[in-house]
Amino acid sequence: MGSARLYAVVAVGSFRRYATYRVATAAGVFTNTVFGLILVYTYLALWDERPHLGGYDQSQAVTYVWLGQALFATLAIQGGGFETDLIERIRSGDVAVDLYRPADLQAWWLAVDVGRAVFQLVGRGVIPFVFGALFFPTALPRDPALWSAFLVAVALAMAVSYGIRFLVALTGFWTLDGTGALQALVVTGMFCSGMALPLNAFPQPLGEIMAALPWAALLQMPADVLMGVVDPWSAFAFQAVWAVVLLVLGRAVQRAATRRVVVQGG
Amino acid sequence: MSESALIEVDRVEKVFDVRRRTGFLRRELRRVRAVDEISFRVARGEMVGYIGPNGAGKSTTIKMLTGILTPSGGRLRVAGFDPARERTRLAHRIGVVFGQRTTLWWDLPLIDSYRLMHRMYRIPDGRYRENLDRLVELLDLSALLEVPVRQLSLGQRMRGDIVAALLHDPEVLYLDEPTIGLDVVSKARVREFLRELNAERGTTVLLTTHDLQDIEQLCSRVMVIDHGRLVYDGALAGLHEAGESERTLVVDLEREFPPIEAGEAARVVKVEGPRQWLAFPASASAAPLVAHIAERYPLVDLSVREPDIEAVIAKMLYAPGGSGEGLPERQAVVPGAGNS
Repeated sequence: MGSARLYAVVAVGSFRRYATYRVATAAGVFTNTVFGLILVYTYLALWDERPHLGGYDQSQAVTYVWLGQALFATLAIQGGGFETDLIERIRSGDVAVDLYRPADLQAWWLAVDVGRAVFQLVGRGVIPFVFGALFFPTALPRDPALWSAFLVAVALAMAVSYGIRFLVALTGFWTLDGTGALQALVVTGMFCSGMALPLNAFPQPLGEIMAALPWAALLQMPADVLMGVVDPWSAFAFQAVWAVVLLVLGRAVQRAATRRVVVQGG
Repeated sequence: MSESALIEVDRVEKVFDVRRRTGFLRRELRRVRAVDEISFRVARGEMVGYIGPNGAGKSTTIKMLTGILTPSGGRLRVAGFDPARERTRLAHRIGVVFGQRTTLWWDLPLIDSYRLMHRMYRIPDGRYRENLDRLVELLDLSALLEVPVRQLSLGQRMRGDIVAALLHDPEVLYLDEPTIGLDVVSKARVREFLRELNAERGTTVLLTTHDLQDIEQLCSRVMVIDHGRLVYDGALAGLHEAGESERTLVVDLEREFPPIEAGEAARVVKVEGPRQWLAFPASASAAPLVAHIAERYPLVDLSVREPDIEAVIAKMLYAPGGSGEGLPERQAVVPGAGNS
């Protein structure tokens, strides 16, 4: 009970922290809108040439683009969430302050990242999405049940994303400089999550392999749930399994990392 | 004795394995004893200074006392807990201020960090309010509570960190370089506060510092660590004797004189016109020396200068026969461990 209140305070604080970066948020909204436009015109050309590519019609492809831009920052698909802070704290040794606190490292940073994600969903996601829905033909459902299922899928995607990035950040305890790991996150995020091209549009068997990786839980699943192309429950199950696997793995690595610090020193 | 000792350190050591690249793929493994069989006890309510050169093992000791480093050997107890094993439970009983790091939320108003402490340490609401009001008033932060931490000056931030470390009424406060980088006014304010805290609340304080004025003004007991070993533990006054330090008598005579003849009791170290500086052992009384000079010379004015404690320690550590072997190699002794 007591710790739930602590992590709630952490999440609210993190939300407020991101809310103070007004110029960065405005710049982010602008960037996502421009990228959305570039991708939409590319996709429109592609789907003109190859109708029903990956099982999407043109309006679904357009919807996919704007969902990607809306969720890009929220799900920190290419990084840019708490992991940058944590890696910096490991490098500078400030993580010592985090370690002597009576709080759990993984839960603490999860709360930080949830606060950030909620802010960025509202602050950075909504405008590009509404822009896209107003000016382009989209395939958005009217059924409120699908929208609720979409929100659940986004929450689960958030957990998977956190699981991946927590592991990436923890590598800093061994490498001390996490720049390389962050670079890897950018590339895998762009490619494997379907940010550049929907995973179902990839040639087989590459597409099938990617659809089984945790990154598929980030953008592809929420998009397919919203557009009704996938059974929500099977999507949730896929996401939940990856979330649990990654979070449990993160715990194990965290134990090894703190042991290393505790025994071997910064 | 053991009930009243809040901190017990018994033959504690910390050994680091340091790998150093010596060739393209070759690595050399070196064992570094950052802390080498240290023993001491700190009683409840004591205020102890813990000093020594960079890399001597101060921070390593503090990290072991907070539980974020596990000792390689020996026994350690703080408030009855084994810090490394019971770190989370111990955290509720201790407060830590690292001068060069902050526990505060960088982008948010100061008060938000305190709300966080309220929840993190599960401080009862009434006590939280009471402590916050008292600490904020004592450290003069009431006008700054709504200011984001990144906009605070270093001195304000340090006071902010001290409040954060004390909201949960810790029995022990570890301060690692609490006055580093502060201006004279801020330093004085922090010291004054710590003195009051110790006197009124009985909080036990362990203070590491490079600023020896912190020690002179706050601590009756001082421990000196060098090369991971405790080389002195006792009263501040005793440190002067251990370092064979000297006091300086400055006399102003009516006019210029050749250096004053004072025999064995003192020697003239400097003459500047009618003013002369005489050095004499810190343990000796100045009175006979003054009487001796007043009898033989036309004395206008005089003053006695206490030895600089920094010089005392340097003399103690690096004098021939002292425990130190010289400064140059020292920096390489504890890479990463001592100052990280």
